[in-house]
Amino acid sequence: MRREAAGQESRVPGWRDWLWPIQIGDVNLGDRLFRVLTAAFAGGIVVVLAGMALQMTRASAHSIGRFGFSFLTGTSWDPVHEEFGALPFVFGTIVSSAVALCIAVPISLGVAIFLSELAPAWLRRPVGFVVELLAAVPSVIYGLWGIFVLAPWLRETVEPALAATLGRVPGLGVFFAGTPRGFGLLAGGLILAIMILPTISSVSREVMRAVPGHLREGALALGATRWETVRAAVLPYARSGIVGAVILGLGRALGETMAVTMVIGNRAEISASLFAPSYTMASVIANEFTEATSDLYLSALAEVGLLLFAVTVALNVVARLLVWRVARLPGGARSA
Amino acid sequence: MGSAVASTAAAAARAWPRRRAVDVIARGACVAATLLAIVPLASVLFFVAARGLGSVSWSFFTELPKPVGEEGGGMGNALLGTGILVAIACAIGIPFGVLAGIYLAEFGEGRFARVVRFSADVLSGVPSIAVGIFVYILIVLWTRSFSAIAGGVALGILMLPTVTRTSEELLRLVPSSLREAALALGVPKWRAIPRIVLRTALPGIATGVMLAVARVAGETAPLLFTAFNNRFWSANLGQPIGSLPVQIYTYAVSPFDDWHRQAWAAALVLVALVLVLNVAARLLVRGRGEAR
Repeated sequence: MRREAAGQESRVPGWRDWLWPIQIGDVNLGDRLFRVLTAAFAGGIVVVLAGMALQMTRASAHSIGRFGFSFLTGTSWDPVHEEFGALPFVFGTIVSSAVALCIAVPISLGVAIFLSELAPAWLRRPVGFVVELLAAVPSVIYGLWGIFVLAPWLRETVEPALAATLGRVPGLGVFFAGTPRGFGLLAGGLILAIMILPTISSVSREVMRAVPGHLREGALALGATRWETVRAAVLPYARSGIVGAVILGLGRALGETMAVTMVIGNRAEISASLFAPSYTMASVIANEFTEATSDLYLSALAEVGLLLFAVTVALNVVARLLVWRVARLPGGARSA
Repeated sequence: MGSAVASTAAAAARAWPRRRAVDVIARGACVAATLLAIVPLASVLFFVAARGLGSVSWSFFTELPKPVGEEGGGMGNALLGTGILVAIACAIGIPFGVLAGIYLAEFGEGRFARVVRFSADVLSGVPSIAVGIFVYILIVLWTRSFSAIAGGVALGILMLPTVTRTSEELLRLVPSSLREAALALGVPKWRAIPRIVLRTALPGIATGVMLAVARVAGETAPLLFTAFNNRFWSANLGQPIGSLPVQIYTYAVSPFDDWHRQAWAAALVLVALVLVLNVAARLLVRGRGEAR
């Protein structure tokens, strides 16, 4: 009864006024419907994810049945003879991502430590924003820049220099051998490093921020320098979260498509040299998907996609569990 | 006892110069890493501005691409295409994401909500090209045609996790006194949440949406085999449609100098769009004083 009284004095009753108070048992009808509606959309997210897994598995069934495990070990990718082995793509993906991690991890940790421990308060937000802008630049723009700026620079300056120094070191030399072309694993790795840097640094910074202040104060009170505080108090506490951040970065590197496709050279070869052109799983999908004429060809490409999907989902699950042990991610905040 | 303290103190004093040197070097390395991280951004922005500014003209926004060999032409169709694709993505991603976010914030305590939250986080890590394959199987194979709808759906799926999680976060920031006040006046939840709680959180959610739009506006990979490309004006949602990122890609990997110039011009427009959205989102958040 009181419900009905709420709005009646000020205005003419509308359809809502008789709809509002309808009760089913103890619960308002509208409330129940509203909850079901929102739950349906929330469930939709799970459905999308599950649907992706299901549809991609179904699409690749043909290829899985035909090649089985040899899909992963075969080195020949020959659409004409319908022979599909994805090893060169797996190789290119893993090596370019590994190069990216080698470059991006130390730099990102430096950025994270600077932003969470060292920088004066007024500098943190602008610098953090600028670093995060790195993630906002679209992949295709990095690719364009890679083709016309990065690759020529690598070909003319960096790769000859590397060949002349590290290339002479016994054992290491094979990684820096061959003609400097610019387009190749090194370019792909470098551009991936730039693209995953903001991911790793912003998650690591978030994790370091979650380290309780009294740990820092304790270390400082014992006479530790700022760096010793970071090493002895902050990093050990944040370790699992930082590992999670790196894995998130790795997941991003594995699935990154456009920029890598534009600079890696797109040749399905396995070569020890970082100067050599290569091909990644995401690139082959991007380049060949619309040209796949036969069912088996399409299915093989779908299987490459499925592998990529499965690996990135697994990495994401692990990474989030690791990060959650230390801090809630910005996107995963449950702070009320 | 006294001498032990003295010798420890002496040892500490001897170690001090080395410790301080390590401290200075390590701090310097962190600063250097930060500067190094900014270099690529500066370089990208510099080249996009330098090469793009010379190539952007009025006809770039209004004309169609010219065939190879003919100078001039523009990317009006690709701009329109990106607008249409983003609009479709928003039409799908925003209501879907906001409603899911409402569920997570208002009713999301149980196991189901945890699964949803986790799925949203995982979905945000799925490579965009995998989303492209999914939409290809789902829509392109079914309708037997590349289409603007398919491209828009792919972008919508990519927006979904961001919109959901920002909506949830911002709805949780709304003081519960507001909810309680509404409920105490006898307003049922299903009226109170959209009209009072959601309205309060709206500016923040808008920020999240802007960031999500900035992200998908530059997505290329999932469009390659959903929206495909189109060299002509098209507003037909059932037909292939051009878009700025795909056009940049096509032109960048082409062998023609004139196309490269066009690619830089398009890059300038796209980067400007993305930066404006990012900076505006940032200012909006700061204006509300609840920034992280």
